[in-house]
Amino acid sequence: MSILDKLKQRLVKTRENIFGRIAGILQSGAKIDETTLEKIEEILITADLGVSTTQKIVQSLQQRFKKEKPEKPELLFHMLEEEMEKLIVPIEGVHVEKKMDGVTPFVILIVGVNGTGKTTTIGKLAHRYTQQGKKILLAAGDTFRAAAGGQLEIWAQRSSVEIVRQKEGADPAALVFDALASAKAKQSDVVLIDTAGRLHTKVNLMEELKKIYRVIQKQIPEAPHETLLVLDGTTGQNAIQQAKQFSQAVKITGLVLTKLDGTAKGGVVLAIQQELKIPVYYIGIGEGIDDLEEFHAHDFVQAIVE
Amino acid sequence: MFTELSSKLENVFRKLGGRSTINEKNIQDALRDVRVALLEADVHYKVVKEFIDKATTLALGQEVLHSVSPAQQLIKIIHDELVATLGGENAPIQFSGLPSVVMIVGLQGSGKTTLSGKLANYLRKKGRDPMLVAADVYRPAAADQLRVLGQSLDILTYTPQEAGSNDPVKICRDAIDYARQHSKDTVILDTAGRLHIDDALMQELEHIKAQTSPAEILFVADGMTGQDAVNTAKEFATRINFDGVVLTKLDGDARGGAALSIRSITGKPIKFIGTGEKMEAIEEFHPERMASRILGMGDIVSLVEKAQETIDLEKAKELEEKFRKNEFTLEDFADQLKQIKKLGSLESILGMIPGIGNKIKNLNIDDKVMIHMAAIISSMTKSERAKPQILDGKRRLRIARGSGTSVQEVNRLLKQFDDMKKMMKKMGKMNPNDLMKMMPFGKM
Ligand SMILES: Nc1nc2c(ncn2[C@@H]2O[C@H](COP(=O)(O)OP(=O)(O)O)[C@@H](O)[C@H]2O)c(=O)[nH]1
Ligand SMILES: Nc1nc2c(ncn2[C@@H]2O[C@H](COP(=O)(O)OP(=O)(O)O)[C@@H](O)[C@H]2O)c(=O)[nH]1
Ligand SMILES: [Mg+2]
Ligand SMILES: [Mg+2]
Repeated sequence: MSILDKLKQRLVKTRENIFGRIAGILQSGAKIDETTLEKIEEILITADLGVSTTQKIVQSLQQRFKKEKPEKPELLFHMLEEEMEKLIVPIEGVHVEKKMDGVTPFVILIVGVNGTGKTTTIGKLAHRYTQQGKKILLAAGDTFRAAAGGQLEIWAQRSSVEIVRQKEGADPAALVFDALASAKAKQSDVVLIDTAGRLHTKVNLMEELKKIYRVIQKQIPEAPHETLLVLDGTTGQNAIQQAKQFSQAVKITGLVLTKLDGTAKGGVVLAIQQELKIPVYYIGIGEGIDDLEEFHAHDFVQAIVE
Repeated sequence: MFTELSSKLENVFRKLGGRSTINEKNIQDALRDVRVALLEADVHYKVVKEFIDKATTLALGQEVLHSVSPAQQLIKIIHDELVATLGGENAPIQFSGLPSVVMIVGLQGSGKTTLSGKLANYLRKKGRDPMLVAADVYRPAAADQLRVLGQSLDILTYTPQEAGSNDPVKICRDAIDYARQHSKDTVILDTAGRLHIDDALMQELEHIKAQTSPAEILFVADGMTGQDAVNTAKEFATRINFDGVVLTKLDGDARGGAALSIRSITGKPIKFIGTGEKMEAIEEFHPERMASRILGMGDIVSLVEKAQETIDLEKAKELEEKFRKNEFTLEDFADQLKQIKKLGSLESILGMIPGIGNKIKNLNIDDKVMIHMAAIISSMTKSERAKPQILDGKRRLRIARGSGTSVQEVNRLLKQFDDMKKMMKKMGKMNPNDLMKMMPFGKM
């Protein structure tokens, strides 16, 4: 089953058939009428694109409509998808997984607000990279939340990878330092560092994150090679603030968008990408170990319009 | 974002406030901006539409002439309507049976387990004797998480281990007997996170509900949720008809529009909010506060209310009259400062004085300057205040000393007051913007 099928299958549930709704309206003329515009606006807003991104897309759509005068609703939708896709930051150069070649240990730091799916994503990535023949080490950097270490431990067992963990309340920076030392000694290929969820507004927690980052650099100057911000796909406009604030604290190189197996579309990443130009690497589509996919711009925008 | 939006909205209302009349057109303009604010707060598209329609009807139907100012009127209408929609009164948690069962449901990662712990802690403080039940057998270490929380609170926790089972329905059912044996009067069921479209898992909830007859089912939603809040809430409401909502993670800067969406779509009251990861971080829900938060203009709303109490409208009118007739004295000026000080932010309050424009955005208003000015004026004698022209160098020095300022500052204030009075003569012809420029509130 292709990724798109899988996505469609999972995303389609409560969605209305907007395509059908617009089809009737468009037949009446060659200009985008108010009703259709409103429908398009509704599609975009309810997909969490936010007001300004929506307006931007609608404007460019109107301009194209004037020039190209599409007669079929299919074409209008095609245009809409294209306009959205334009806003998506391409994954530049080599994908994260290709960058790993020859760099050991390749350090990936995982950050985000509470409950977005950081630990689960690490579990899935550990599995994915193991299957690619990599030797993985997990660092249980969430020493704050009750049983967070135990949760990651279970994920480590699921793909039989190593884990460095300490008791609750331990200093996460010290733990990360030890984990990297251990990764070097054991010649791990990839180190995945879990961190506690933190709201971007909490100054002390963001300082703690910066400290973790510095400690990583101290151990391996080029590291972290990737710092992925995990965003909950059901989050609305606040995700923009999350991305901004986390980017200010540490250099975010990629995004992971989770929980797209529900009915949420995660459209706020379009707004984030416009502002911060950070690509989305992966999407989470379930709680299972295989429920992680590479992000594909076209599939993503299609799922919004579907 | 919070501040950005606040100021955006403040602008909207200032725009309105600057006009002496309100008509269909300017209400519509303002409401359009309110619409954007609500959408940016993540209120659902359709909910916003409904809300705006309702508010428009209300606003247009009102007698405008009697109002304090159009801006105030509109703020009140919108805010009150929001409060009404969010639920006027605080809905308490319900109990029945022994033990009384509270069931916690919601999506993955919304904060159910944390809330379960907080609620146990909260209820114990209210005199109940709760027990926690870990019914999440799916998420790795979920039961451990609850057990650790239970231990930290010293609250009895029942997990799959005690139950000797991995069947959530059985765990919950058996937990009730266990609670009776341990004379617990309240049982909190922490269920696994699930998607509303996951039929099998939604069925599981229905079974748990049927077997435990909860007196209260709480739907826990992440306060940062976007437009999808309506889909999930609707489905959970349809399938298990929860009694109340808990909105978590409101300790951040999310505007929490999901509160309005969920409330509008399900009609269920929001009972608590989560404001942190700690076990104490739970608060009863206050519709007023939430409304202000969603509108992004909490200050303005409370300010308006305060202003309505504090600012004497008649007096304000009188003042305006004095302006016009050029009878405004330093005494009046000091009076004004006193009133303003009572209210806090000078910038916000200026917008509420009728007859004075609200275009004060680009004015650099410094509250410290105001304090100095008040001090200077109060160091003057009554006759000096009435007739500032008698203020010679000696008097000025005395006033500067008395007020802890400098002669330069006293001079500047008098000059500005003088300029202002000159300008007042022309006030009839003036636009409020220019008048404001004459006000001596700029950086001294
Ligand atoms: N449906 C769904 N649930 C997810 C996904 N990713 C994570 N979760 C669930 O979300 C909850 C929080 O995930 P977790 O990894 O503990 O989040 P963290 O606090 O960021 O580490 C758990 O119940 C996960 O099973 C996803 O892609 N889809
Ligand atoms: N900042 C903040 N974090 C919260 C709040 N409630 C829960 N959390 C965090 O959100 C994450 C998920 O919470 P959890 O209770 O495990 O969610 P569950 O999957 O629904 O049981 C954890 O990191 C919690 O510490 C809250 O009100 N504020
Ligand atoms: Mg975690
Ligand atoms: Mg839980």
